[in-house]
Amino acid sequence: MNPTPISQRHGRDPVIQHELLIEARDLCVSFDGRQILDHVALEIMRGEIVTLVGLNGSGKTTLVRALLGLLKPDRGTVRRTPGLRIGFSPQRVHRDAILPMTVQRFLTLATPTPRARLQALLDEVGAGRLIDSQIADLSGGEFHRVLLARAIVREPDLLVLDEPLAGVDVASQAELYRLIAHLRERYRCGVLLVSHDLYVVMAATDKVVCLNHHVCCTGHPRSVARDAQFIALFGPHVAETLAVYTHEHDHRHDMSGEPVPLAGSPLSTETARRSREGSVEDS
Amino acid sequence: MDDFIVRAMLGGIGVALLAGPLGCFLVWRRMAFFGAALSHSALLGVALGFVLGINLSLGILIFCLVVALLLILLERQRMLASDTLLAILAHGALALGIVSVALIEHLRIDLMGYLFGDVLAISREDLVLIYALVVATAIALKFTWLPLLSATVSEDIAAVEGVRITPVRLAFVLLIAAVIAVGMKVVGLLLIVSLLIVPAAAARRVSRTPEQMALVAMLIGVLSVVAGLLASLRWDLPSGPAVVIAAVLIFAAITAWPRRRSRAHYPHV
Repeated sequence: MNPTPISQRHGRDPVIQHELLIEARDLCVSFDGRQILDHVALEIMRGEIVTLVGLNGSGKTTLVRALLGLLKPDRGTVRRTPGLRIGFSPQRVHRDAILPMTVQRFLTLATPTPRARLQALLDEVGAGRLIDSQIADLSGGEFHRVLLARAIVREPDLLVLDEPLAGVDVASQAELYRLIAHLRERYRCGVLLVSHDLYVVMAATDKVVCLNHHVCCTGHPRSVARDAQFIALFGPHVAETLAVYTHEHDHRHDMSGEPVPLAGSPLSTETARRSREGSVEDS
Repeated sequence: MDDFIVRAMLGGIGVALLAGPLGCFLVWRRMAFFGAALSHSALLGVALGFVLGINLSLGILIFCLVVALLLILLERQRMLASDTLLAILAHGALALGIVSVALIEHLRIDLMGYLFGDVLAISREDLVLIYALVVATAIALKFTWLPLLSATVSEDIAAVEGVRITPVRLAFVLLIAAVIAVGMKVVGLLLIVSLLIVPAAAARRVSRTPEQMALVAMLIGVLSVVAGLLASLRWDLPSGPAVVIAAVLIFAAITAWPRRRSRAHYPHV
């Protein structure tokens, strides 16, 4: 049974459609008396890339697990739009050579899929030649691409990617972010990214949520970078670099490194960016 | 061939068919210790079956199912490393089993038969039990194979994709308990785990997908049973250990076979 392509379920116009995919309210989670999440709220719209940043141990993964329903919060609610399909790429998947598993078989664990379509998916994430490889033999970066392919096999409404850059070298990171932005447009899905790597993250992000057990601040990357709480948490140097970086990012680099304007995407226009800039909410 | 030999062959083959796919999951999920703890406690099931006045094989089966459920509950506590906890339970239960069997006055059993198997004593009822289980397992695996496999690779991804983890895990543990209970007749409670693990490990080298590995493990298991029983008849060896030795020899042969250097396996290199 093939799911209806997202493009037929929804209009093609703006990338961000005002359709709420998932909404968390007032989430509280504690382990052994330690408060991990403290009244956290988060919402993700279709077509929106939300990046969750925060230091190690700030509750990012716990929040993701609560959103995915893998963890029952002590308090608060997670509401999903009915029938929401989520594609999830976790931070770590234990790969063991005792389990023989080709990339093709791994992808069909999600849903039975013809090989031709799997090949197309793998080509899309830049892992086309890996279809017959054993997953235990893949490098960290290669496996992350395969995980990404697994996440999109079922044509998700929401992509949740926990630290998709782990084990990916710096040169490939920028490419991976372009890929995520591309997938967002291709599948018209919302994206929740988790990362502690601030620089590259911000480039393709619509909304940053800075987590330190509670939501410190949230908003467009450039305004978050100027936020007092954000600067206090990450230090002025990081914030400064970030502000400069996001400001300059009105182009991308093609394979040879030449800058290419980000035309065609409604997000890339300066007006769209300005319109969202002012909206930083401290809490 | 004599009747009892035919029954031994049929029973052993049935257990090998069960052990193939379930043993694969046992090694994939790194649950060998779990299997050992379960099988070592089976002797208590003998005592229980005797006290309740039911078929001893049935007593073992029921007991193993109950212990499996208890172990799952215990595993949720993270107080001890799991393998430590399982080793304590395994040996504690074995000691308790031997003592309780010795204490029950009218219970005269062949202890060696339970420890190392007594395949030549397989009865018609045992055969019925084994093949009923083969059918039940085939049906259960038909419905749980994909979710079980997916959860084995990543429980989180599987859960997000809609697999209900707890029922799947429960079904698997109950199947393992069942195969251990009936497999004891063939190789005994001390060796049953090897019948699960050795064919699966031997099959790994020659398989590229999980399904291939499960089928090859079944084949290797059947081969081991046939070869072990024939050797046991020919040279008057204890039958259970002979089956295990046959499996280990097959494992050693496959492992020692020189690896052909083929890039086809690693197209990205």
